[in-house]
Amino acid sequence: MPEKQDRYDVVVVGGGNAALCAAMTAAETGAKVLILEAAPEPYRGGNSRHTRNFRCMHEGPLSVLIDRYGEDEYFDDLIKVTGGRTDEALARMVIRETEACLPWMQDHGVHFQPSLSGTLSLARTNAFFMGGGKALVNAYYRTAEALGVDVLYDAPVTHLAVADGRVNRVEYIHGGQQHNLAPKAVVVASGGFQADIDWLAEAWGPPARNFLIRGTPYNRGTVLRDLIDQGADTVGDPTQCHAVAIDGRAPKYDGGIVTRLDCVPFSIVVNRDGDRFHDEGEDVWPKRYAIWGRLVAAQPDQVGYVIIDSKSLPLFMPSVYPPIEAGSLAELARKMGLPAGKLQTTVAAFNAACGDTVGFQPTELDGVATNGLTPPKSNWARPIDTPPYYGYSLRTGVTFTYLGLRVDERAQCSDAAGPISNLWAAGETMAGSILGQGYLAGFGMAIGTVFGRIAGREAANHVG
Amino acid sequence: MLDDTAIEEARRQAQICNACRYCEGYCSVFPALHAQRVMADGDIVQLANLCHNCQNCFDACQYTAPHEFDLNLPGILAEVRQESWEETAFPAALGRSFHRNGTLIAMAAVVAMAALFALLRALPGGGEGFYAMLSHGAMVAIFLPAFVFPLVALGVGLKRYWSRVGGERIRLGHLRAAFASAAQMRNLAGGHGKGCNFEDGDRFSQGRRVMHQLVMYGFLLCFAATTAGTILHYVFDMPAPYALFSLPKLLGLSGGILLCIGTLGMMRLKLRSRPDLQFPPVRRGEFGFILLLFIVSASGLALYAGGGTTALGALLALHLGAVLAFFLLTPYSKMAHGFYRFAALVRDAQRR
Repeated sequence: MPEKQDRYDVVVVGGGNAALCAAMTAAETGAKVLILEAAPEPYRGGNSRHTRNFRCMHEGPLSVLIDRYGEDEYFDDLIKVTGGRTDEALARMVIRETEACLPWMQDHGVHFQPSLSGTLSLARTNAFFMGGGKALVNAYYRTAEALGVDVLYDAPVTHLAVADGRVNRVEYIHGGQQHNLAPKAVVVASGGFQADIDWLAEAWGPPARNFLIRGTPYNRGTVLRDLIDQGADTVGDPTQCHAVAIDGRAPKYDGGIVTRLDCVPFSIVVNRDGDRFHDEGEDVWPKRYAIWGRLVAAQPDQVGYVIIDSKSLPLFMPSVYPPIEAGSLAELARKMGLPAGKLQTTVAAFNAACGDTVGFQPTELDGVATNGLTPPKSNWARPIDTPPYYGYSLRTGVTFTYLGLRVDERAQCSDAAGPISNLWAAGETMAGSILGQGYLAGFGMAIGTVFGRIAGREAANHVG
Repeated sequence: MLDDTAIEEARRQAQICNACRYCEGYCSVFPALHAQRVMADGDIVQLANLCHNCQNCFDACQYTAPHEFDLNLPGILAEVRQESWEETAFPAALGRSFHRNGTLIAMAAVVAMAALFALLRALPGGGEGFYAMLSHGAMVAIFLPAFVFPLVALGVGLKRYWSRVGGERIRLGHLRAAFASAAQMRNLAGGHGKGCNFEDGDRFSQGRRVMHQLVMYGFLLCFAATTAGTILHYVFDMPAPYALFSLPKLLGLSGGILLCIGTLGMMRLKLRSRPDLQFPPVRRGEFGFILLLFIVSASGLALYAGGGTTALGALLALHLGAVLAFFLLTPYSKMAHGFYRFAALVRDAQRR
């Protein structure tokens, strides 16, 4: 169907932060841009809807950011979480670019606010979006539309036909029909594949079917796989995803931030059989957060159970669901479907191993540890003995996947024959080029914004 | 006693908000909400009255329908707020009737106007200007009780509210903070100063903030005009009519004009707004109230313009009737919101 073929210079695949940055940048140079967003309008914006901040380098106070956060410190923070699995040149370029991005974001409608209560540790490094990521997405759609960008919702792209080193055709479905476009340039910014459970199961095996997907159900990786099948260069471990332990009662998709549980350091965590399986007090929670996604994934039925008592309830951020409450451990076990005798034995053994708790200090590594217990609890080890008792179930919540399109510093995609002349990628779909493992708060939005703008600029230049 | 379904639903939603906190910068509701882990009924009522319905949090929310969490915080707080006014109103039955019924408000206004007509015919005049139609003594006899009774009723309502939300002893600093917030309508500034999402989806606009302040300051100017007239009458023995360059006239004219523009602006914005982000059952009552306030101001201005004509009697009945209805309905109409909001701002100042 050759209608509209010549109307668009640039087609942007995806409708989140990176896609919008690319679309606005291209449109500002005069290019005619179309966004093809797979989600319906209320769910537009992909995982950007769930984001909340932007990690930003700054040499001095900048907008809501205090003090200074230099390139080297930023890069060091990144290397700590990726364990060196990072393309240093690309990473440093992103870091340097963030400083100019922040005012650009404000110019395009984003409002920032000081760091949220409970996140003071990020006040220097991360600029929080007022209202969160959906407010950012809303502002960008308004700005993009004012710039003349057209947007189609419910328009999943099914195929980018690559031949002779260029994309010749964009195929998408809209209104129950397949449509084809032949734009001069294409930007792929359609996220990872974490919402495709079958694909996750290929990488992780059957346990992946019990995982929860923290973000949008529309990141199914259709275009990513389509390009991989056509030989596009990839980057990132296909068997890895960023996963954290979240409230086991969370919805299958799209639970977002409110399903997180911060209570593990003040708890013991048992599996289905009532056994502990890891040191709950190993380190401060933000550092352990991601580890527990994997730990829970390795347990029977991919589920864990957090047990705390009333002493610990006020020590962590509330989550979306109230905890299960009981006057006794036996009752709690019954309510949570755990073997009551075993849970009582586990708690008794833990309590007996707790020593002097005078030095208990919830906000730092306090060294209040168990003695002679396996596995140990190396900090915050206080007996669980003050009813009422509370419990949460834990499941593995997948945030994003690492496998993506390999790009160069101009965001251009390539295959074995070299660069694909009219194809650029931005955001989660290429973040594996920079973030090989781990996660640094606000860095996904940094990659998306920086590479979105680059991809938009390059695509517009190509159109000429 | 009203059922607590709305409070329960508001608590469910507020707990999700407390786990998210993305909206913290928008208004006073969220810092207050985030301060408590467990929210008692009174806390929810206080949050509801602190909410100015700017709707910014709704458009920013990642959990609105079709998401299964189905958040609509402005909507559910509007419902709780409404119920808190009706529940604390004195007598409560009147609150429920008028808030939810624009027709009843219109009928009250018509009855009041007709009553004034009849009184104008029955009672002797005594003086110049409109006192020729209705003597000062007669006016005081009608309007003093019509002014005092709503104040007493509001006082009872606010006292009930104060105990409901666990208010403490009020200090000057609390009042100062509340006045500062209301004077600038900070809670409609959107946190970033760009205003609210109200009449055009997720676009920020100062429209509602500006129109609300026109109404508020217009009303206060008119009130000040009446007060100035009363003082001139009793203290300085200078009865109406007053010249153009007199305090009552200048205050009244400017106030009347602001009120006219503001009420028309509010109706226009409200027509474009999303009813489900407010409390739909009182929508007609709210329109009825704004219309009544418009008639009060417009008829006041008309009275000034047509004072020397044969229409004076009709205009006077229209205006005084509208004012009478407005006064009497104050504790049972949207007008009550100003008083409850102020109480909520004072309470919030105590929390900080």
